[in-house]
Amino acid sequence: MSFDVNAIREDFPILKQTIGKYPLIYLDNGATTQKPQVVIDKITNYYTNENANIHRGVHFLSQQATTAYERARTIIQKHINAKQSYECIFTKGTTDSINLVAHSFGKLLEKGDEIIISALEHHSNIVPWQFLVEEKGIQLKVIPMNDMGDIDINAYQKLLSNKTKLVSITHVSNSLGTINPIKEMIKMAHKVGAYFLVDAAQSLQHFKVDVQELDCDFMAFSGHKIFGPTGVGILYGKEELLNMLPPYQGGGDMIKTVTFEKTTYNVLPHKFEAGTPNIVGGIGLGAAFEWLSQLDLEAVKYYENELLTYATNQIKEIKDVKIYGEAQHKSSVLSFLIKDMHPYDIGTLLNQQGVAVRTGHHCTQPIMDFYGIPGTIRASFSLYNTKNDIDLFIKALKRAVTMLS
Amino acid sequence: MTIEEKEKEIIDDFAIYEDWMEKYEYIIELGKDLSIISDEYKTEEHIIKGCQSQVWLHAEKEDNKIYYTADADAIIAKGIISLLIQVLSGQTADEILDAKLNFIKEIGLQEHLSPTRSNGLVAMIKQMKMYALALKNK
Ligand SMILES: Cc1ncc(COP(=O)(O)O)c(C=O)c1O
Repeated sequence: MSFDVNAIREDFPILKQTIGKYPLIYLDNGATTQKPQVVIDKITNYYTNENANIHRGVHFLSQQATTAYERARTIIQKHINAKQSYECIFTKGTTDSINLVAHSFGKLLEKGDEIIISALEHHSNIVPWQFLVEEKGIQLKVIPMNDMGDIDINAYQKLLSNKTKLVSITHVSNSLGTINPIKEMIKMAHKVGAYFLVDAAQSLQHFKVDVQELDCDFMAFSGHKIFGPTGVGILYGKEELLNMLPPYQGGGDMIKTVTFEKTTYNVLPHKFEAGTPNIVGGIGLGAAFEWLSQLDLEAVKYYENELLTYATNQIKEIKDVKIYGEAQHKSSVLSFLIKDMHPYDIGTLLNQQGVAVRTGHHCTQPIMDFYGIPGTIRASFSLYNTKNDIDLFIKALKRAVTMLS
Repeated sequence: MTIEEKEKEIIDDFAIYEDWMEKYEYIIELGKDLSIISDEYKTEEHIIKGCQSQVWLHAEKEDNKIYYTADADAIIAKGIISLLIQVLSGQTADEILDAKLNFIKEIGLQEHLSPTRSNGLVAMIKQMKMYALALKNK
């Protein structure tokens, strides 16, 4: 096992910045991660030397671009261990992927069918299903959580029935860091014949995920949180299931033949990729996964866990700190409040000292309602953060607290 | 003192501090001097829309002059509204409506606020002027 954070940091030019006179301490990785040089270079090179539309041209550049785009798909397929590359649909991101499933899978649902989500979900994994409640009269059931931020598995078992058609659960909570026992939950869903969607927006950047080992039916994630570009993401789906679903959007690329009477649809993955896609985004995401794949991901996981433990111990030494999210299995997210201090005040004063954190409800208002708070301060760590970052963060935090006391 | 004289005073106060952390310390202190809104006005109608933190504002007219009171759940927002009240409270409606408030640019406050908070600042000023307009002929 080997992991050298200093070497990793060299790959990320943005980390050398200063904010005013303070070095940038970037602890908002839950919102988006920074990009390694190879990804930036890939994007620049594409527009400099390779730009063309894909799947359409007979000319050299178009063929080259098509090959690069499809190669990116294969890299991603290998990384998540999908059986086929065409099981990986390029989308705009997690939100778009979930909306695709809600739209297309939703078409197959009937009044009285049930979808299960959890109390930990991001708004992106709540609102698309609420649309189906309105449009289709389906029922949305919510698995409760406890104070630590763990899902109540017994309650989940009780919610499952032959009415359950889909369970859609976040792998890792963006607000609390909880890592859900997704493999076990998938098994339980399959026992009643329900499909399972994993919201992996917060997992692949922290550890390896294998869709065949999990046996999930769908998985959604965003490129920009996994060291790739914004505006691109993936919906993984099992082949049989994707073939069964009606298309999402209509347009170019997704069709086989079009007449005014009838249109037949293209094969996977094109059926779900209408219009000119975010080509450079896809290629950039491929580069990000290539970069990620050459790391020792077990070592990364261990390292991030160390960072979390270190930060947690340090922050607990500050008087009147309350940490939100103390799940058994937790990723490197530290959500907290200090006394009755407003998160926004603390965030502002941290920002003045070069420390980037997020404040607010983190698009998970139901979690905040559960704790009866308007929001938290969230520091979320990535593989390029160091103990020194945490020391500077804690120092800046202590100064902010003194000023606000 | 006229509005501009008060602005000048604030610009001079801010000039003493080099570091923005110190300027924030000063803003936080200002928050403590805020003329606090009475509880009866701490209602939904008195919340300024556009602020990420909650800010309540109320105004009254006395001897032809407008007096503001306010409160906020975040201390920095409290400091900022307090700063605006220092400048505008006790002036006539016309003077408030005409005020250019150049001191904000001068001290560089806007650039040091996040976009959401900067919107909040704009919303605070707008609301203060709305009160002046509403109370003008009362
Ligand atoms: C758990 C989770 N789900 C979904 C999303 C939505 O991702 P995106 O905004 O990239 O579509 C996020 C991002 O904040 C997230 O953390």
